Amino acid sequence: MAETSHQHGVPGAPPSGETRRDFLILTAGAMGAIATIAVVWPLLETMNPAADTLALSSTEVDLSAIEVGQSVTVVWRNKPVFVRRRTQEEIDAARAVSLDDLGDKQTDEERAPKPEWLVLVGVCTHLGCIPLGTKKGDPRGDFGGWFCPCHGSHYDTSGRIRKGPAPKNLEVPAYQFVSDTLVKIG
Amino acid sequence: MSTPVPRNKVAQWIEYRLPVFSWMNHNLTDFPEPKNLNYWWNFGSLAGIMLVWQIVTGIVLAMHYTPHVDMAFDSVERIMREVEWGWLMRYAHMNGGSMFFAVVYIHIFRGLYYGSYKSPREILWWLGIVLLFLMMGAAFTGYVLPWGQMSFWAATVITNLFSAIPWIGGGVVEWLWGGFGVDNPLLNRFYALHYLLPFIIVGVVILHIWALHHRRSNNPLGIDIKSAKDTIPFHPYYTIRDMFGMGAMLFVLFVFVFFVPNMLGETINYVEANPLQTPSHIVPEWYFLPYYAILRAIPDKLGGVIAMLVSILVLFILPWLDTSKVRSARFRPIYKQLFWVFLADCIVLGWVGAQPAEGVYIVISRICTAYYFAHFLIIMPILGKLERPRPLPESIHEAVLKKRGPAQPAAAMEKH
Repeated sequence: MAETSHQHGVPGAPPSGETRRDFLILTAGAMGAIATIAVVWPLLETMNPAADTLALSSTEVDLSAIEVGQSVTVVWRNKPVFVRRRTQEEIDAARAVSLDDLGDKQTDEERAPKPEWLVLVGVCTHLGCIPLGTKKGDPRGDFGGWFCPCHGSHYDTSGRIRKGPAPKNLEVPAYQFVSDTLVKIG
Repeated sequence: MSTPVPRNKVAQWIEYRLPVFSWMNHNLTDFPEPKNLNYWWNFGSLAGIMLVWQIVTGIVLAMHYTPHVDMAFDSVERIMREVEWGWLMRYAHMNGGSMFFAVVYIHIFRGLYYGSYKSPREILWWLGIVLLFLMMGAAFTGYVLPWGQMSFWAATVITNLFSAIPWIGGGVVEWLWGGFGVDNPLLNRFYALHYLLPFIIVGVVILHIWALHHRRSNNPLGIDIKSAKDTIPFHPYYTIRDMFGMGAMLFVLFVFVFFVPNMLGETINYVEANPLQTPSHIVPEWYFLPYYAILRAIPDKLGGVIAMLVSILVLFILPWLDTSKVRSARFRPIYKQLFWVFLADCIVLGWVGAQPAEGVYIVISRICTAYYFAHFLIIMPILGKLERPRPLPESIHEAVLKKRGPAQPAAAMEKH
């Protein structure tokens, strides 16, 4: 054992206990660290969303009952999704905004490929409250879209953040039109 | 102090194998405390009593509580209506949390006033801040358990704070939730953590007391113990005083428990959680309001979260920010006044934290937040260098005698 190759690589050199001990301490320490990571990793991973949670289904919304200027709230992944059938004024207002006035720069064309229909995850990007503005009579904030009462974030008619502490626009979920009157979210 | 050998044979047998009797004697009976401690030195032991109080009532409640989104709210209502003495246990636990924070805050401000954080008590002070963080975690996870509207939205808002972390924030929040929002996985893990944290607190409290007994208590004069003349034994002098303090505290606590058990809570938390409806006005419990005000004062999400965290983290470096060589505010004529300004600032922050985030309230919260940080980061370092402290007494013993007046002991002597 004392004559192994890791003693400065010099064959026949006197056995150096220090070097061998250093090597043993380093390898043992490295193995210990790897073992610790191997134990902690699965422990932390257990806290991630479980398979059945991840497999949450999509939601379909029938658009035929929604009139111009009206909004509905549907539930998707236990979160509210706002579907608003915008008026022409709302669309015009959203499209007239210059990108320079936006904190999170996105055009209305990107956010609403079919200008009449705006689909948003109804969760404030600040701290997760549900903004007001979907029901009739709700305050809609300074920009005619949504207003979050928790910490005072104002969203415009494209769901973009215009004023207040929220850092991002309201999220547009993945969705597709199954037919002209049916949209599938998720 | 001597270590008496127990007279009882059984006790001697135990003592030889595990010296519990001499250990207790050293730490609880003969332990020398400064003889001039005032009533502000009660609040550490009161906090310890509240910790035991919360653990005992909490264990009983846990035997009836169901951590599931469909059953949690009803199981708490069942405790209130069906379980024998359940209402008492729940109200005692609920208001006990507030009492715990109240005595801990007084304890912290005591430390700020008398300079208890200064050398050689920095680690004692740090352990105290760690305890504050752990308490906040325990209080928050506990508040979520009844699964009322405020429980749910408090969980939503607070877990969303982590989404402010650049790049990985979104992933971290989903990891915390165990899903795409606040739901059953979160309630389950919060229940586990709420049961775990108090025992971690017990562990850190042991370290806190170890550090305290190693470097001894500070005292209202802020000068070191110089001789045995400066001290009196813990028992019976401070045991009896701590018992008296406990009686006074329990009186206050029972006024809340029996007469206004819901005064400090939010009515809307008696409405079951609804993930699709945010209450119009979200406020945390009173003991979190100042931090909440700081969070809302900053018009940037990440900035607000950082400011809120730093408002407590700054306490860690306070022993070095405070450049004064004198501990006690009694001998610091300017700090003595600025202490009260700072306390008032914290109270105003608490008040504004309960107001809606608009108009003049935002302005007030910004001014108070700025002053909060200025107190630690600007005033404390500069003041310590500019201020001229008043002369310190020679010793605790001498100061105590002077206060009593030298005539008394002299008169007593003459009679002999």
